[in-house]
Amino acid sequence: MINAERALDALGDRTRRRVFARLRHRTCSAGELAQGMGVTRSAVSQHLQVLKAAGLVVVTADGTRRLYQVDRRGVDALRRWLDGFWDETLGAFKEAAERVAAKARRS
Amino acid sequence: MAEEIILNWTDPNSVRKRIHVRAPQQVAWQVFTEQMGTWWPLAVYKIGKANAVDAVIEPRVGGRWYERGDDGSTCDWGRVLVWEPHSRLVLSWDINADFQYDPKLQTEIEIKFIAEKDGSTRVELEHRRLDRFGERREEMRNVFDKTGDWGKLLVSFAQTAEASAKG
Repeated sequence: MINAERALDALGDRTRRRVFARLRHRTCSAGELAQGMGVTRSAVSQHLQVLKAAGLVVVTADGTRRLYQVDRRGVDALRRWLDGFWDETLGAFKEAAERVAAKARRS
Repeated sequence: MAEEIILNWTDPNSVRKRIHVRAPQQVAWQVFTEQMGTWWPLAVYKIGKANAVDAVIEPRVGGRWYERGDDGSTCDWGRVLVWEPHSRLVLSWDINADFQYDPKLQTEIEIKFIAEKDGSTRVELEHRRLDRFGERREEMRNVFDKTGDWGKLLVSFAQTAEASAKG
């Protein structure tokens, strides 16, 4: 289940946020993520479990390696939570309709 | 924009929005029903795996309401329940709380296009039967009803995340 508030809770931890941010541009293993972070591999694995439970990260298997990547669905749920669905959608509609009407007035 | 939108806190199963559009009723109707793909925020509000490139309402009662992906695939969002050009449209919204299509969900969106004396249009939207979301009703009501000036926070979050990704 993807729940935006759960995702926000998961991102409330600074180290977890860093782990998530590192996954933004590439898929990698817990070991690769831990490199250069000053955090142990097992700590990174625990953070990844929380991110996974929050719907922000998905795991794929590559042989014996477990690779992590950002789950678009969780990110989209966050955006919806932040944006305000109908306000944003109706606002975009208003702009489009007024653009069309202004063009018709000019021609 | 925010001041043009009236919130109704009284009905837990319904979200109401009202917006004033400086366009004639017929233009407002056409842009809403025929050109939805030009304004619907398809980058975020879509459900398919493919990148969505269009949103389509088939112009008749029983018609499909769906998104089309850049690979030609389509994903249903709901159906046309009432079709009264250029004044009233009711759609079913059959996308569940996990943003998956569920034809049994059947929440309803009514959109009224009301012509004003000055040639503009008042558009009233009600998203109702939110009780159909069951125990996730409040969560979804919040998603639909929230006043949308939070976009700025998201931009700042994205910048922070990108900065820390580089660092």
